[in-house]
Amino acid sequence: MQAKSDLPQGTLDLLILKVVALGPVHGYAIAQRLEQVSRHVVQVPQGSLYPALHRLENRGLLAADWKETETGREAKFYRLTAKGRAQLETEAASWERLTEAVALILKLSGGGAE
Amino acid sequence: MNWWQRLLRRKTMEDQLEKEVRFHLEQHASELIAGGIDPREARRRARLTLGGAEKVKEECRDARGTRWLEDFWQDFRYALRMVRQHPSFSAVAILTLALGVGASTVMFTVVNGVLLRPLPYPQPDTLVAVHGHTSTWNARAFGEQNLAYPDFLDCQRESHSLILAGSFFNGGTVSGSGDPEYVDLQEISYNLFSVLRVNVAQGRSFLLEEDHSGAAPVMILSYSFWQRHFAGRPEALGATVTLDEKLYTVVGITPAGFRVRDSEPDVMTPLGQETAKFLQSRGPHPIGVVARLRPGATLAEAQSELDLIGRHLAEQYKDTNADRSLIVQPLRPNVGDIGSTLWLLLGAVGLVLLIACTNVASLLLARTVSRERELAMRVALGAGRGRLVRQCLTESAVLGLSGGALGVGLAALGFKPFVALWPGSLPRVEEIQLDWRVLLFALTVALLSGFLFGLAPALRAPVRELEQVLRGGGRSIAGSSRRLHSSFVVSELALAVVLLVSAGMLGHTLLHLSTLDPGVNVRNVLVSRMALSPSTLANTNRIRPAWQDVLERARRVPGVKAVATADTFPMREGFNEVGYWPTPDVPEANKRPNALATSVSPEYLKVMGIPLRRGRFFTEQDRLGSELVVVIDEVLAQKAFGGQDPIGKQLWMPDMDYGPFAVVGVVGHVRHWGLAGDDQAQVRAQFYYPFAQLPDRFLKRWSELMSIAVRTEVAPLSEVESLRRELRGVSGDQVLYGVHTMEQLADDSLALQRFLLLLFGIFAGLALVLACIGIYGVLAYLTGQRVPEIGIRIALGASPNGVMWMVLRQSLGMIFAGVVIGTAAALMAARVMFRLVEGMQPTQPSTFGVTIPVLIVAALLASFLPARRASRVDPVIALRQE
Repeated sequence: MQAKSDLPQGTLDLLILKVVALGPVHGYAIAQRLEQVSRHVVQVPQGSLYPALHRLENRGLLAADWKETETGREAKFYRLTAKGRAQLETEAASWERLTEAVALILKLSGGGAE
Repeated sequence: MNWWQRLLRRKTMEDQLEKEVRFHLEQHASELIAGGIDPREARRRARLTLGGAEKVKEECRDARGTRWLEDFWQDFRYALRMVRQHPSFSAVAILTLALGVGASTVMFTVVNGVLLRPLPYPQPDTLVAVHGHTSTWNARAFGEQNLAYPDFLDCQRESHSLILAGSFFNGGTVSGSGDPEYVDLQEISYNLFSVLRVNVAQGRSFLLEEDHSGAAPVMILSYSFWQRHFAGRPEALGATVTLDEKLYTVVGITPAGFRVRDSEPDVMTPLGQETAKFLQSRGPHPIGVVARLRPGATLAEAQSELDLIGRHLAEQYKDTNADRSLIVQPLRPNVGDIGSTLWLLLGAVGLVLLIACTNVASLLLARTVSRERELAMRVALGAGRGRLVRQCLTESAVLGLSGGALGVGLAALGFKPFVALWPGSLPRVEEIQLDWRVLLFALTVALLSGFLFGLAPALRAPVRELEQVLRGGGRSIAGSSRRLHSSFVVSELALAVVLLVSAGMLGHTLLHLSTLDPGVNVRNVLVSRMALSPSTLANTNRIRPAWQDVLERARRVPGVKAVATADTFPMREGFNEVGYWPTPDVPEANKRPNALATSVSPEYLKVMGIPLRRGRFFTEQDRLGSELVVVIDEVLAQKAFGGQDPIGKQLWMPDMDYGPFAVVGVVGHVRHWGLAGDDQAQVRAQFYYPFAQLPDRFLKRWSELMSIAVRTEVAPLSEVESLRRELRGVSGDQVLYGVHTMEQLADDSLALQRFLLLLFGIFAGLALVLACIGIYGVLAYLTGQRVPEIGIRIALGASPNGVMWMVLRQSLGMIFAGVVIGTAAALMAARVMFRLVEGMQPTQPSTFGVTIPVLIVAALLASFLPARRASRVDPVIALRQE
């Protein structure tokens, strides 16, 4: 079984923003979604998910409402604000530039590692 | 949500956080249960995955960014609980602080009103004053130089960066219905109000076409004159007022308290209508000038522009304007030299506040030591050092702010009585009020003192050796704490020494000054300004007989022994400085020595009781046409002629515009600058010249500011009414105003020193009491901590006296250190006082010899009680405490 990778510093916020961008969602669902989508590669420490959510809410990137779930229970649903959407776009773009650059460098010096 | 909304809805936030985390756990668990896992195991796994609900919640709270505020709120409520739980401790601390903060706030309110508040005109930062300057002008003695009227007009016309307005201080007699009244008159440019951006309260200000000679006479009344003479009736507008026998139509009324150049005139007339000849010349400089910078212009631009104008004038009018330049300065209120006194008092009050802080600090420290277990418990439960320091500081800040709030309350009640107590008149007294600056000051002082006295205890919060503290029950007292306590006591004593010695020095000074001979016999002398009838002044030929008539009439009043006219009086009631030279080759103006000139009638010497040393004083034979004579005082005799006999010698005085004068007599020196100020005054030499020999051309100007002095056989003030009646004159419009007795004037010349002594006495007394409370509290605390040790000593055979001596020795050490440090500081303070207080006597060992024993005895008395208590410790009880 493949070892689970730790999340690189600062990417948790980006991932949360991306998941919330798909539509209002509560904290537990965000945790589920992150693990499913990453095919269990990315280990999201659940303990740091909520502080991150609260921090993003505090910075005005996320907003929250209390709504009922399909099962009829009340839960806190997060959604993206306009500011959050803008932040997601810039961060996603810079992440892509970074990974492309890293990939390029790895290709150039390829062979040494294998 | 804002941070404050979050703070206010903290309860809701907590509930929601709890709900959110619970939802997560239950959701996770129910999914696991659905996958076939035992419910208990499912819930356990859910909790494990999340990693501790409480920890997550704590991190979420941190993420809110309002953590510090929540902590603060918590600390604040805790501090309030502490205040309530220890009511007597809190009351002592808060009252001590309230006294300190209150006293400092009162002083600062005065400093703020007199020295710091801007001028009461809109946009004061674009207001400037324009002064003249020559290299020979002594601005320290005479104040800034005003402008000649033609020079002012030239500046007004040519300046592009300034809008100038002038004013000329004058006086006159208002007659008509009721008693004639001598009033302060300001003759002003038509645009003065618009330059100051002040609107007249009613009517209008002057018009440009009214600011010329020959225009219809118009007048603006001050608010108080309007109240006095028209009882505030609106019909005053358009009414007429007779000023110096000329009818003026009232066109406007100023707002209440309106001031021009630091004085509140009674009435104002257009400057351009003044026909006095000296106003048309560039020689005299009577016009005070204020100006408003035009939009966009800077002070530097205005200055360079006026430099240019000044140079043009100097080239064009060499006789009068050579070497004369123009200076532009930001307009500032003229408060004289009151500033040094105010800062001195603020400094003294600051010392009292420091003592109060030190006292509270030592109280607080004693409590912190007994709270060591509580603090250690907090550390054991995970509180960081920073957190503890913050908690302690919050507590002291709460004490500080409560004390501060109470202090501001005291100050609000206290500053008016304090201002009323101030001897003489305080400049800008109408500006003294509580404003945002004062509140800011009080808040800063309260918070600063809170931190000051809270810091030492806070830093002592235990972090190491927790176990020992918790087990030991906080009885053993660490050496560092004892040293800290002692240093508090030492600094309190040192501060008290400074205040005591200062008070002692002031007392010594006052004693010394009040034994000085003023040079005149001040008993039973009445002095008063006197205005002749305006119709007399208008005709030079009638002035001399009119003064003769005044003297004769006054002499006829029963109880009057002698009467004289004089233009200035001792004790600072006016002065004229004149340069003199004992030979005809008089050097230029700034190289001549100056003397004080007084123009008098022959009986002056008798009225004032000045001793005649040589020669003679004036007689009725010294008149116009006879030889010009002067009588000089001992100081001038010594300065001008050294050891030679001055009688028959001559003096040349170009400033008098006539002369030379023959010296016919020498009289004793008079302390013109007051009992306190005379020794340090720059110009002490004096001479007298007969009013009767004054040339006609000066007669009117001199008579406008003349006074009479009357020696009486009875209490002088009881003669005022009969003198007033007798001197009213044929037309009933001659006025006596500004009546004083010489005794009052001599007394007033020491009033400031007396007032300072009173205040320093109060401060020193306060300091002494606070320091004694401090030393008592600390010793009681320290010996209380040592009861078991003392018990053992006594059980082992120590005598009660020995124990008492042990405690007293400790306090003697502190007292000795406090006195040594305090003496050094007092010597420095003495130097400051010597510079700031007029007539201050140099420091003398006797001052220390009198004041310091008082402190030592008081401090020993305060330590005696704890020492005696220690000597009576019952060893059995003490050891059982262990």
